[in-house]
Amino acid sequence: MSNAPHPPRGPDAALMSLIGSLTGDVTNRRLAILLVALVAVFGLIIGEGFFTKATVQSMAFQLPELGILSLAMMITLISGGLNLSIISTANLCALAMAYIMTKMLPGTEGFAFVGWQIVAIAVGLLIASIIGLVNGFIIAYLGVSPILTTLGTMTMVKGIGIGMTRGNVISGLPDSIVFLGNGTVVGIPTAMLVFAVVAIPMAIALGRTPFGAATYMIGSNEKATQFSGIDTKRVILRIYVISSLLAAVAGLVMMARFNSANASYAESYLLVTILAAVLGGVDPMGGFGKIAGVILSLVILQVISSAFNLLNFSQFLTLAIWGAILVGVTAVPNIRKRLGLID
Amino acid sequence: MPENFARFRRSHEFWLLSVILILVVGLSVMTEGFLTLQNLFDLLTSYAFLGILASGLLVVLISGGIDISFTATASIAQYITMLLANKYGLNWFIVFAIASVVGIALGAINAVLIDRLNISSIIVSIATLNIFYGLLVFITGGKYIYSLPPWFSHGIYWFEYVDADEISYGINLQILALAVMFTLTWLILNRTNIGRQIYALGGNREAAQRLGFNVFRLNILVYCYMGLTAGVASLIQAQLAQSVAPTVLVGKELDVLAAVVLGGASLAGGVGTVFGTILGLTLLAVMQNGLILLGVSSYYSQFFVGLVILLSVSATALSARRKRKGVMTE
Amino acid sequence: MPTFLELTHISKRFGGVQALADVDLTLESGEVHCLVGENGSGKSTLIKIISGVQPPEAGGKIIIESREYSHLNPVESTRAGIQVIYQDLSLFPNLTVAENIGVGQHLGGFHSVDWNAIRATAKRAMERIGVNLDLDVKVEDLSIANRQLVAICRAMAADAKLVIMDEPTASLTRHEVDALLALVRELKKKGICIVFVSHRLDEVLEVAERVTVLRDGKKVGTYDAKEMNDHKLAVLMTGKEFHYDLAGIDLSARKTVLSTRHLSRKGDYKDISFDLREGEILGITGLLGSGRTELALSLFGMNPPDGGEIHLNGKRLALTSNREAIDNGIAYVSEDRLTLGLVLEQSIASNTIVTILDKLKGFMGLIPQAARQSTVDRWVKDLSIKVSNTNNPVKTLSGGNQQRVVLAKWMATAPRVLILDSPTVGVDISAKDGIYEIVRGLAAKGVAVILISDEIPEVLYHSHRILIMRNGRITGEFEAHKSSEDVLRVAVNA
Repeated sequence: MSNAPHPPRGPDAALMSLIGSLTGDVTNRRLAILLVALVAVFGLIIGEGFFTKATVQSMAFQLPELGILSLAMMITLISGGLNLSIISTANLCALAMAYIMTKMLPGTEGFAFVGWQIVAIAVGLLIASIIGLVNGFIIAYLGVSPILTTLGTMTMVKGIGIGMTRGNVISGLPDSIVFLGNGTVVGIPTAMLVFAVVAIPMAIALGRTPFGAATYMIGSNEKATQFSGIDTKRVILRIYVISSLLAAVAGLVMMARFNSANASYAESYLLVTILAAVLGGVDPMGGFGKIAGVILSLVILQVISSAFNLLNFSQFLTLAIWGAILVGVTAVPNIRKRLGLID
Repeated sequence: MPENFARFRRSHEFWLLSVILILVVGLSVMTEGFLTLQNLFDLLTSYAFLGILASGLLVVLISGGIDISFTATASIAQYITMLLANKYGLNWFIVFAIASVVGIALGAINAVLIDRLNISSIIVSIATLNIFYGLLVFITGGKYIYSLPPWFSHGIYWFEYVDADEISYGINLQILALAVMFTLTWLILNRTNIGRQIYALGGNREAAQRLGFNVFRLNILVYCYMGLTAGVASLIQAQLAQSVAPTVLVGKELDVLAAVVLGGASLAGGVGTVFGTILGLTLLAVMQNGLILLGVSSYYSQFFVGLVILLSVSATALSARRKRKGVMTE
Repeated sequence: MPTFLELTHISKRFGGVQALADVDLTLESGEVHCLVGENGSGKSTLIKIISGVQPPEAGGKIIIESREYSHLNPVESTRAGIQVIYQDLSLFPNLTVAENIGVGQHLGGFHSVDWNAIRATAKRAMERIGVNLDLDVKVEDLSIANRQLVAICRAMAADAKLVIMDEPTASLTRHEVDALLALVRELKKKGICIVFVSHRLDEVLEVAERVTVLRDGKKVGTYDAKEMNDHKLAVLMTGKEFHYDLAGIDLSARKTVLSTRHLSRKGDYKDISFDLREGEILGITGLLGSGRTELALSLFGMNPPDGGEIHLNGKRLALTSNREAIDNGIAYVSEDRLTLGLVLEQSIASNTIVTILDKLKGFMGLIPQAARQSTVDRWVKDLSIKVSNTNNPVKTLSGGNQQRVVLAKWMATAPRVLILDSPTVGVDISAKDGIYEIVRGLAAKGVAVILISDEIPEVLYHSHRILIMRNGRITGEFEAHKSSEDVLRVAVNA
């Protein structure tokens, strides 16, 4: 899927000109249309219950953690790789942060109270950096496939988490953390603000910095990019470190929302992050994808998820449907290519 | 044939065998329970499930693809078969036939999506894993099946041998199935033209197409065989556990992949042997068993599996680099 | 010799492009026929039609041993005895020699593997051409020359009567080329027709009977190989006469920009010493394996030498990365444009600025959109790159325009030394002049240029001075104006 503005042919063209563009990007335009269509359809099926404040709020609270994880997945996809270890990294970092906080905070106040929280978060980020360095080193400098590498680190990291906690949950976090996950600031969930604080710099980095430009080029052809004078290995290393750091932030947000940490949380999210990225215009083969598209597709997935919830769909049925959508989304450009609608 | 031995010495299998031997010797010395007939017998029985799956995954990897949906396929095959077996009182043969057919059908879905829709195999199998698993748990409500046909519960026990402590050993269903599937895989890969075509496809896909290989047919065979092994594996697992649980098998994909990759198969395709996979599985089993016997918490076993995968693929990558000449020549 | 294959009125259109226009061709058993032409001349299309991959337009006829066809499919073509050996050889690296040779005959269907039959077939094929390779070695462990032998054996095993070889000598050393040509003579004696598709000719002219030249989809003519030489063929292929583009200017007063002293790298090149002046175009030519590209990469920081020195503007360089080379003013245009020179899927704009990303940085390390766009526009204009939208993927451009993008991205680094490695491969004849003009312009501005090429006319007519390399050493130096194609050819092949 390319973000280059090819004029759409066929019935899309008429529809496209009717609606006008969101950002001038074809992919985002199509997503916006899909979003509107879905809201309309679900609204009809579910009725008024769909458009309540509660629905929007629940979407707004779940989106941030999923969004940050999707960003973590997205940058590795753009670089031509894949990071299957993001969920277990998020969990391990959350466990570490939760452990420190629950151990050191009770009884403290003031400076120590704040200080230990900062230490805990710093430790979480440090752990993520190490995992990212391991991933990045093995993928960039040893040349091992990202699938195998991140499968290995995913297993290892989850193993550490389970080993440390025996599968148990660590809970009992301070109010400040709970507020981070469940509170609102002028009506906007704090978690959403965290997402914005993370997503906006990422978007700028990808779109406007040499690092971002190099990432896209590497995703399409690493060797040619290397021959153009870019230290591709260092760029890839940084990408996996950033990916793990993002996962840690997501872990923090999840821990804040659930008021607990566990080695096996959110495993069904892995599929959703890949789905959100691919639906949002990220080419699974690398080289293309914009954050705006991923955010739009996340909103779409949230809408579907909430609707399914309201319709009392089992979470397993939802899982199955996500899988089907992933197939559909990746198949569509190939089918269109076959039918000669795009080059 | 000194030439052949020299070749073997340089191979991945030799390295594996050495590591296994070191581990075995070490563990026999350090622990009491390792080198006993009972322990080894139990090990063989409990790893049969993974082993059968590994023999199927090996074929997929050789062809240049990957599949991680087989645990979901196995869960579905298990469920449908046992449900029908309980309801209609079917016999051995039909039971295995049903499981195989279910596995083959689900494998075919993978093949069609990968080949006809031209989607990468990792994405397809992540998707089908969730589709199959999600639908299974949704439809069954996650209920376990505890009652199995009595003949199934009993299993089989050939060449029974009772030792001094009155513990009996014999070739049970698991070991038999494991042997059969590894033999079958070996025959297909080394003794049939289709097997060589699969190697060829993994070695140079474009050349295979140019030479007129029916790539679609090969893909169907490869993924359906994976499904078949998933079906068979699911049954012997049900027999061992004496129950069918729809949620228990999913999550084990990585152990299977670990065994196959340790055994020398590559994600790029074209490489891998049955012997290597057997060794990879053995290494995994010995390692995990060793950890337990040494008193390391079983909660950490996943960590070690991951570590071994990373070490193994890193070592392979390093040695491949050393073999390759400078990157930059014309 | 009887005619094996005859093509009459063969034409082919792809969309708006006329790939072939009314081409006639006859191929005789036991002859070696060369099919030559530049990129875009229609050679590969013609091969595809003969091998059955593509059908010709209506009206075209293919006559094989008196049987007439309006078109072929791959199966019919193979059954008729036609075998194509592509440049990449289409072998299976992970399978053994025996399996690769026997794959066509014995690996079909569901049967069990008949190892004996495979080995017998392989042995027989090897005997037919007098070759003896270890049947059990994996192809990936063989040298390129031996792999080619395996590919030829495979063609023999299929009872080939016509073997088409696509650029067979491209990756062979002189010695290996001789062995291949000896083999070809043997095949000729057996009545097999061999077609060499190539644009490098000096070697193959030795064994060929006839040469057919294609240009822009049309057949220019079929000629007796004995009366042909490189020069005449080049003129026929391009339709242009060559002349010296560079006036004989005296460069002795110019400053030396780059100099190497006793530069060596084990296995690649040895004792390379030369000076390069401002505004000078130094051509380097030689056969494959002579070490030219390896030398270029060393100058570019990607293949560090073991010994010797490189001096740039008097300063000694010890390059550890190509980024260091670029920052010092050395640029390298790779010979492999499609996989190393450009990132085809990405936009023209991205490809143009990829070498100077850090230099475009502004406030807070960000690249302002305006700066990006104006840089791209400036280079598009300066190099007259024909493009409708710089956001389109660079793969949508023609070969010539693609090469201009490559030149743009390197010129953007303001190089003092520009190394060009086979810069006009895959570029249409009509576009080559444009490339040379750009290079001349650069030299006139004082950039020192190293022009590496396989094609003697290219270095002769577009350089001031020429170095001949063989087996990693410099074996000759010539002033372009005082030399000629024949002299150079002798020096290269001696």
